[in-house]
Amino acid sequence: MTAIFSVLIGLLSISLEQGLSYGIMALGVYITFKVLDFPDLTVEGSFPLGASVTAVLVAGGFNPFLALFVSMLAGMAAGGITGILNTKGHITGLLAGILTMTALYSINLRIMGRSNISLLNIDTVLTSVENLGVPHGVVAITTFAIAVVIIKLLLDALLKTRLGFSLRATGNNANMARALGVNTDAMKVFGLALSNGLVALSGGLVAQYQGFADVGMGIGTIVAGLASVIIGEMIMGERNIGYATMSALVGSFIYRLSIAIALRLGFAATDLKLLTTILVIIALTTPQIRKIIKVSSTS
Amino acid sequence: MLELKNVSKAFNKGTVNENVVFSDLNFTLNEGDFVSVIGSNGAGKSTLLNLIAGVFSVDGGQLLLDGNDITKLPEHKRARFIGRVFQDPMMGTAPSMTIEENMAVAYARSDHYSLRWGINPQTRDMFRERLSYLGLALEDRLSTKVELLSGGQRQAMTLLIATMSNPRLLLLDEHTAALDPATVRLINDLTERIINEQHITTLMVTHNLEHAIKMGNRLIMMDRGSIVLDIKDDEKRSLTIEQLLDMFEQAAHEKFSDDRVILQ
Repeated sequence: MTAIFSVLIGLLSISLEQGLSYGIMALGVYITFKVLDFPDLTVEGSFPLGASVTAVLVAGGFNPFLALFVSMLAGMAAGGITGILNTKGHITGLLAGILTMTALYSINLRIMGRSNISLLNIDTVLTSVENLGVPHGVVAITTFAIAVVIIKLLLDALLKTRLGFSLRATGNNANMARALGVNTDAMKVFGLALSNGLVALSGGLVAQYQGFADVGMGIGTIVAGLASVIIGEMIMGERNIGYATMSALVGSFIYRLSIAIALRLGFAATDLKLLTTILVIIALTTPQIRKIIKVSSTS
Repeated sequence: MLELKNVSKAFNKGTVNENVVFSDLNFTLNEGDFVSVIGSNGAGKSTLLNLIAGVFSVDGGQLLLDGNDITKLPEHKRARFIGRVFQDPMMGTAPSMTIEENMAVAYARSDHYSLRWGINPQTRDMFRERLSYLGLALEDRLSTKVELLSGGQRQAMTLLIATMSNPRLLLLDEHTAALDPATVRLINDLTERIINEQHITTLMVTHNLEHAIKMGNRLIMMDRGSIVLDIKDDEKRSLTIEQLLDMFEQAAHEKFSDDRVILQ
């Protein structure tokens, strides 16, 4: 009985740690996917970009908090480039993201100088918090929870300002936004920069948490982000902005919990991408399948 | 107040599908004019509105608004003094945003990027008062998402937000064409009320000849990129549909043909 209990606690706490740290990435994906209605693949490159920048800086003795801030700026630049390719270069959104993502693979290798950097036994954000007297077992959860709450509230507030309304109108009906004087190109660039800034911040945080940065750690970011946003939306709906950003975070937790359970059940770590993809497909097709069932049951 | 000088515009230039819409269009809109625009198929009515709004740029010529050259001004900057309502009721509002959020985007016309709250108690009161003007009880549904409104309600809202910050010019592109007859009456009444009260200079494209004759102080008829009839004031007031069709035949040397024309 106690064995099951401790397994459960273990599952929950690791899912919470990952759900929160990757939750910042999910908020970024929420901005592009839901607010801007832009399928942005840049995140596959900006997540490891954040990790690379953070790893190089922290390994070089740089302040781990400042390193996260620099990572965020790097991510914003990456998102901004995708936005400019799309709006000024008239490259479709999907392709613009793929181009930036591909370029970032080389850039990330350049930044790190090799394919991965270890951060073991180096001072990170987590050791700083632990030094403040937070018990070792809950250090990650505490740190990430504080970060997530601050970012979520700031994002909610931003989306309720005039700037936020312009961003939302651009994603919802660009024609209307332009007719009312919104520079929709600028809003797209801004939204993509904001989103990828958060994704890179999340990458930097994850690198400090897991103790290494790897050039391949971005693979599957978009699917994981989409899974979080979609699962959250299915469970909580999106009554208003605060609710919608909350649902992305809840989705992130549930997604990480299902991954942890799958691993526990004996799936190989290498099978997880397949499982995630199936999960996202199920979530995305559920409305259609429901419709088909409804139609056939009424006829 | 609005002057089009030697405007030319062609689509698919230099290809076999080249389509010259305007080769040398000159047109002046006077302060306070309410002009209805009718015309045969492909005459360039919608293109005219889109050129003025800045959706497309002109190939040659000049656009002057109140004496200022706006030829090179992008669409979103022209929106500061040009309000627009489209044929499709879905085009003028953001469906996933609430009624008050839609109004807030319009209200911010020259301040879209600040970190001030989009809505505060004062603006909310103001939105409520403006909405009550429509007589559709929308003022009690400020936080309803616009996607839940009917086409007529959305079009009424579009008209309201397009005129919210007193634009110099209002462009109506067949804005009642997709509505049922009862709603058409409602939107037409509202259009006339707003234009008369705010004295907004207006261009209204329509396929309904009766509306074109009844509404506004001036009527222009277009054919193949030029304005073939320009009827004003007294002459317009006594105009009948039969006269109008005859006048078109004489001016354009062919019968008026508009697949979607509505005679009454």
